[in-house]
Amino acid sequence: MTGAMDIEIMQISKAFEGKKVLEGFSAVLPQGKTTCVMAPSGGGKTTLMRILMGLERPDAGQVTGLEGRRLSAVFQEDRLIESLTPVSNIRLPTPSLRREEVLAAMESVGLRGCEDQPVRELSGGMCRRVAILRALMAEYDVLFLDEPFKGLDAATKTSVIQDAKRRCQGRTVLLITHDRSEADAMGAERILSL
Amino acid sequence: MRKHNRIRAWAVLFWLVVWQAASMALGKEILLVSPLKVLSRLGELAVTAEFWSSAGFSLARIGAGFLLAAALGTLLAALASRIRWVEELLAPALMTIQSIPVASFIILVLIWFSSKNLSFLISFLIVLPVIYANVLRGVRATDTRLMEMAQVFRVPAGRRIRYLYVPQVLPFFQAGCAVALGLCWKAGIAAEVIGMPQGSIGEKLQQAKVYLDTPDLFAWTLVIVLISLLFEKVFLALLGRGVRALERM
Repeated sequence: MTGAMDIEIMQISKAFEGKKVLEGFSAVLPQGKTTCVMAPSGGGKTTLMRILMGLERPDAGQVTGLEGRRLSAVFQEDRLIESLTPVSNIRLPTPSLRREEVLAAMESVGLRGCEDQPVRELSGGMCRRVAILRALMAEYDVLFLDEPFKGLDAATKTSVIQDAKRRCQGRTVLLITHDRSEADAMGAERILSL
Repeated sequence: MRKHNRIRAWAVLFWLVVWQAASMALGKEILLVSPLKVLSRLGELAVTAEFWSSAGFSLARIGAGFLLAAALGTLLAALASRIRWVEELLAPALMTIQSIPVASFIILVLIWFSSKNLSFLISFLIVLPVIYANVLRGVRATDTRLMEMAQVFRVPAGRRIRYLYVPQVLPFFQAGCAVALGLCWKAGIAAEVIGMPQGSIGEKLQQAKVYLDTPDLFAWTLVIVLISLLFEKVFLALLGRGVRALERM
């Protein structure tokens, strides 16, 4: 049985140029819980996430429970505005955030001393953390994480996952990853396979 | 990276010396006036009220034509990028404007209207398709992944324009302006030479032709070059300041 605020995915299918990526996929993402989706490369994980975010239309099936809800996401790529600083990128969807709040959050994931540099001058791992903070600090009801910790070294990944888990406590989260340990560390209650 | 199109003072001086030498060798001012004589004539003209009135007349009309076309071209490109039928509707009209020789337009405008605002209309018609095409290309070149990010986060339209569209479209707009500024002055003055609106630079050039007054012809040509350069510098500087102010907001 599904709750009123759960997200229900019903018989979703999607094909690109005749190649089926998703076929009759159904699942429920419970309100306030973290759900993990695991599948091999090309298994349709990102397509599923794009459909849920409204960036793709399914060929068949439907999704309920996302109407009017605020979304946030860490995409496979960082999708940062390269000419802007980390603070400006993080505040882009949430201008009400105070600079001090952003700086404190950056410090908690090991981003120190780069707040006024354009992100084009930052390393890949630093950009990834900026993209993660932008998603976590936004005002959202549902959070989509598409391989969010890719490219982070082991020590950084541990601290970033701890921070992410704390910040998205009690929110509906869909985590896509290849790494089962990431799902466990994020406290995923359900693991879905495609 | 080293700029290859930089104008060096020594090179300018070299060509001025060649010009002066050629003029002295020819010995006929009516065929080739010397640069010194041109400067001297320019000095004489610059102290007259008529000179400033003519320069102001052409600057106001050609400049206004450029500014209006730049604004309208940007607006139309923004609409065309969002609404397919707007692009389809505009495509034949703008292609026609670009294909028709400027001289045909000038004559047509002279038949329909008075010559007073001829250079305004010609400048407008020349600039509009250039700015429209460049801005549309810029909008199309925007990073779709960033647009998707803005869509998911529901970034408001104002912030999207400021942080996503302006930085990505601006280089295209600036390139369009650089091309259009050169074209609008050439076409605008050509229109004035043909239509001879009273009190314009074009009228002065036409008079120089009629009286075979080569020093005047060169002096007024120099004035056109200087005004167009000044207009370009001021416009691009103001544009840069505007963008920086937008980024600080």
